[in-house]
Amino acid sequence: MSDKKARSQGAVQTTGHAWDGDIQEFNNPLPTWWLWAFYATVVFALIYWVLYPAWPVGGSFTKGLFNDITFVDSDGSVKTTHWNTRALLIRDLKEGEEARLSAEYMSKVADASYAQILADPEMMAYTRSVAKGLFGDNCAACHGSGGQGVIGLFPNLADDAWLWGGSIDQIHKTIAEGRYGFMPAFRDTFNDKQLRDVASYVLSLSGNKVDNAARARGEKIFQTQEGGCHYCHTPAGTGLKSQGAADLTDQIWTIADVNGTDDPAVKLERVEKVISGGVQRQMPHWSERLTPAQIKLLTVYVHELGGGQ
Amino acid sequence: MIKHENIETNAGLLIVLTLIVISIGGLVEIVPLFYINDTVEKVSGVRPYTPLELRGRDIYQREGCYLCHSQMVRPFRDEWLRYGHYSLAAESQYDHPFQWGSKRTGPDLARVGGKYSNAWHVAHLINPRDVVPQSIMPNYPWLQTTDLDYSDVQARMRALKRTGVPYSETQAEYDHNVATFGPETANKLDILHAEENLMQQALANDYDGQRDRVTEMDALVAYLQVLGTMVDFSRYDEGYFAEFR
Repeated sequence: MSDKKARSQGAVQTTGHAWDGDIQEFNNPLPTWWLWAFYATVVFALIYWVLYPAWPVGGSFTKGLFNDITFVDSDGSVKTTHWNTRALLIRDLKEGEEARLSAEYMSKVADASYAQILADPEMMAYTRSVAKGLFGDNCAACHGSGGQGVIGLFPNLADDAWLWGGSIDQIHKTIAEGRYGFMPAFRDTFNDKQLRDVASYVLSLSGNKVDNAARARGEKIFQTQEGGCHYCHTPAGTGLKSQGAADLTDQIWTIADVNGTDDPAVKLERVEKVISGGVQRQMPHWSERLTPAQIKLLTVYVHELGGGQ
Repeated sequence: MIKHENIETNAGLLIVLTLIVISIGGLVEIVPLFYINDTVEKVSGVRPYTPLELRGRDIYQREGCYLCHSQMVRPFRDEWLRYGHYSLAAESQYDHPFQWGSKRTGPDLARVGGKYSNAWHVAHLINPRDVVPQSIMPNYPWLQTTDLDYSDVQARMRALKRTGVPYSETQAEYDHNVATFGPETANKLDILHAEENLMQQALANDYDGQRDRVTEMDALVAYLQVLGTMVDFSRYDEGYFAEFR
């Protein structure tokens, strides 16, 4: 079929094939510049293959050429290896400009006492900007991005009520060591009537109107061995911070959503539910996840959210 | 000598030769991966999932969590600061299929284990907006009310065993696991005691806060809580991991 038939289109060459008698294929040569550009990319690829870690060989791979990267390892030793993102990251985390600046401030914070940090506007500015990120990453999932918490689950950090204390030292301890909030369940100790009585008394402590007879019966249970509530919540109802026991005399409710309803019967029901079921809440400890300096920043940040004492 | 014309005019031959050419391209790319062991870091601590965690992983896949959540922290500074240590190849060596993903509508989950409490996960999975007001994640309330079906957990482990995950059935395999992972972990990888181990882990940890039952929530939270926690990074210098790249 290679018989050179008459060219149907003037100067344009054909490939010489003829299909079904007269269908032919043009053979337009590629532009020279394009062809050379193509050859250039091939050459580039070959060089790149050699220079860049690329070829699998046996159980390993070619490491490339002229691409050394030097970094300081965790143990302080200086190492040089072929270029890779892990080595680059180690170098960036240690020697990058951001890292150096951050380390400078961090060491300043680490060496300073809480009183010094609180008194120094520059360190406070640094704390606010860095701790905001730390808080958002580590704390906000539970306590909310503004520290507002979730009623029934996670305490509000921005108000004046503190289960475990709102001083710098107490906040530091809470973050570093975590807390385990525990109130026993009274469902097997109290019958329905006793539950109602204690709940009535508890509600009365913060000024809610309740049935007086029930309140008096509840007070007896609360303040004696019968219920033993006063051990942790104190006879005055203000709560022992060392036990994480809630202050029952303020209007702030962290577990039973008393303020969420106006109906006294529902308020009672919600408090009863807490007494009956008890409370088990855990704040994780952060001393292993965060550095001491980071915990320091967070402590100051939480303290400054609004309720610090 | 085969002429170009002969190939083009012979469809059968064209198909065969095309397959051969494409296969060469594929094999060159794929085959080395089976032999290139130098890129898998040698670290201790990585173990296959326990039966409960395994069921949790299956639920993770069933619910399509991977569509929005990746499980691979990349070696970049911003990811290091947000998520923690970048993921190692070794950490997903027993994942079939791996859950690396590339689409992050939600955050990366490779290091989520231990970051939040069980109670947080339960509240968050039932309705994410209860704990994260701005979240767009869907609700998964049925996890908390659906009892975990673990009747086929042994079959699931056997299926993974065929892909190379060292779950044990024979005494020899068990002994091998004892040597590799220690007796405590080896017991959890024993297919013959899978149901027993699953119940024990679920009841001992009570992930879902419901003491009297084992739900899908137990399994999923158990899985989430183990993600990224197996390797103790304090035992290694950072430069050690760079040697594998």
